[in-house]
Amino acid sequence: MKLLRERTEKQRLGESLIIQTSVRLMVPFVQLFGLYVIVHGHYSPGGGFQGGVILGSSFVMLALAFDQKSSLRLMSERANAILGNTGAIIFVGVGALCAICGGLFLDYSALDVLIPLGPVEWRSFGIFLVEVGVGLAVMSIMVSLFWDLGSAGKMDEGL
Amino acid sequence: MIWTLDLLILLLVVICAIAAISVKDLLSATIIFGVYSFLMCLLWAEMGAVDVAFTEATVGAGVSTVLFIAAILHTSRRSKD
Repeated sequence: MKLLRERTEKQRLGESLIIQTSVRLMVPFVQLFGLYVIVHGHYSPGGGFQGGVILGSSFVMLALAFDQKSSLRLMSERANAILGNTGAIIFVGVGALCAICGGLFLDYSALDVLIPLGPVEWRSFGIFLVEVGVGLAVMSIMVSLFWDLGSAGKMDEGL
Repeated sequence: MIWTLDLLILLLVVICAIAAISVKDLLSATIIFGVYSFLMCLLWAEMGAVDVAFTEATVGAGVSTVLFIAAILHTSRRSKD
């Protein structure tokens, strides 16, 4: 009882134990679903953009339930920027690699020159690579949009 | 496609759109906008465009509502001028 009272006194206004615990339980499943949507993008509804938004919204949920400092400890601004830029480089890199190997921009069947899998398999696999890049970039943009809007660009307290 | 369901959802979409622009409080307008997004998502899914419905549910109803609220919480209740 004493421990509970100490814990509630330590919490500030607007932080509830129920919301924090349920967010803590939900976040891994939300991230797993986001990865599922990205990976299954080429034969079911969904894809890089939707999966990236779901992945980003899991970090937004963390920043809403806890304060922004603790969410920045889990996913720093630097790591976020690195992930987003990696996504953009994967997208442009795959497209440019296709052009270098003799096809058009984003014509994945040209990648058959590098690893001979057959043009049909390369079309399927190339879409997968591009969707991973799109998902990373969209996740980074969504998270940093919320961080900047929620703390007015100061990155301290958040909502 | 069931045309009566279509008509019902479209009616609710129009009601939500009129309510979202006529209500005075910004926070209530945001919540009504979220309801509007979910109804549009239902409409897309019912018309068979599941991919668009997925995008509408994640971006329109999920993230943009949170971003609107994050922006609105930094405004003041009454304008200064």
